[in-house]
Parts: sequence; structure tokens; C-alpha cells
Amino acid sequence: MSELISEDARSWIGRSGEPQRIEINRSDIVKYAIATEQRQEKYLKGDEAPPMFMYGALRPLVPMDELGPDGISVDKFLPELPLKRVMAGGTEMTFHRTVHPGDVIVATRSLSDIIEKQGSTGPLIFVVYDLQVETEAGELVMEERQTRILR
Amino acid sequence: MSDINISALAVGETLPERSHTATNVSLFLYNAIIWNPHRIHYDETYTTQVEKHPGVVIDGPLQGDWLNQVVLNWMGDSGTLTRFNYSNRRASYLGETLTSGGVITAVDPAAKTVDMDIFIKNEKGDVITPGTAQVRFS
Repeated sequence: MSELISEDARSWIGRSGEPQRIEINRSDIVKYAIATEQRQEKYLKGDEAPPMFMYGALRPLVPMDELGPDGISVDKFLPELPLKRVMAGGTEMTFHRTVHPGDVIVATRSLSDIIEKQGSTGPLIFVVYDLQVETEAGELVMEERQTRILR
Repeated sequence: MSDINISALAVGETLPERSHTATNVSLFLYNAIIWNPHRIHYDETYTTQVEKHPGVVIDGPLQGDWLNQVVLNWMGDSGTLTRFNYSNRRASYLGETLTSGGVITAVDPAAKTVDMDIFIKNEKGDVITPGTAQVRFS
């Protein structure tokens, strides 16, 4: 069935990236809360991180020479696929525990599926990632399923 | 912040709407704290001439945050957000005022959960970022 997804690309399904370890600090939460126009004291004072704070905290930190002229760094956790234009698909989050200053968070991203579909304007490839976020002690914080659409 | 009683909630009830008007300053601060150097969020000349957008692009995940705030600000400390999903269906540009809101789609008093559809609309009234959320009341 799969004409666009090579055997090599298929072998990436089930792979996990390097776990990312992040120390949560209050001033980052306060900055995020201001920038996103939060209204609740617990976020504005940095006592608790807003639900999508981890999205920013987990973005890649790469040296300047790994940023392209558009400002973007290449995500190396993507196999070679024949479609190159990447669009954000949906994001689904499940929250188990809130995040607070002093928490040490460990996040692991896995590539869970690569699916070929026929869109109205041509073929599409959906690449599905599962992100698991835990405390360093192993307590589940959140899970997120992210879909990227290549066309 | 209101104290919400789950038994008083009904399907079809709406959540308070809120409007958001991003500025160059607010987008700069947002992209700085999430460490996003993509030029379409702060470099207008590059954005229009190279990536051919009509203007500086309002981040999709920032809209995702505004979207879940509809739920957070409605429930306050009466409950916790357990599930949230969204997708950015259409781009939005600096200068637009976006409106967020939502409607209750299910109430389960036994499980103490409430489900809702939430949205971000542009000035034309198109839903550009739809989502759903579930909260659990304490």
C-alpha cells in the first residue's frame, strides 16, 4: 500500500529520541504567563505553570550555527520522506499533574506512526509523535500526541 | 473567579468569550520565552517578501494557549484540566483581533467531568483554531 514511505522510513516507527531533562524555574513561568496574558495569580506569580508552558520549555536549544536563515533548526528526528512541506496537524494533551518551580522534568519523544493518505490536492504523509513528560522521580506529568502533515 | 457547581451545568451552556489582539511587543515576548527564532513572528519584511505571508504570523501554539485559557478562567480552582486538544486550521496575522470562547458538550456528574468545544475565531467569524477540553471537578 505504501508507495511513499520507504522501508528505511518505516523502520523509524517506535524509535525514541534522547530524553530531555529540564529544571523548572519560577521566572520562566512568570515570563510565559505575562506573554500569554494569563489572568490567574498562580500563573502570574509563577506558583504553577500554565498547561502549555511545557511546549515552550521543551523547544530545542541548539547553537546559533544550527539555525537556518529563516531562524528554524532542522528537526533531526524525522526520517527521509519524499514530501517536504511540513504543516502542524493537531495536538492532543492529557494532563496528570501540574508543574511547579523546582520540579525536574524528563521528556521523551517517540515517533509512533507514519501514515500515507490521499488528500484532495495530492498525497499526504502524517507523522505522529508521542511525547511523555514525567518528573525525574518517574511520576507522569503529561502525555501529548502531535501530528505533523507533510505534503 | 467563580465557584462552579457541576450539578448546575448544562449542555449548550457557553463559556465567557475573550478577545486577544497580539502586538509586536506581545509576539516578541512570547517567542522569546518559548525560544522560537522563526522570523515570521517578528521580521515583517522577511515574512512578506520571502515566506509570502500577508503579515507577521501569530503563533499557532499561542492561540492554543488562549484557547485553553477559556477553560482555565471559567473554572478557576473549581476543577482541573485533564484533556485538551486543538488544531490550527488557518493562519492569523498581526493586526487581527481574535475571539476565544466555548460551549459545554457533556456533563457527567458521576465522574465529575465536563466536556466542551472551544474555539478561536477571527474578525470574519471563521473558526481558525478549534479544540476540545475535558475538566474534572474536585
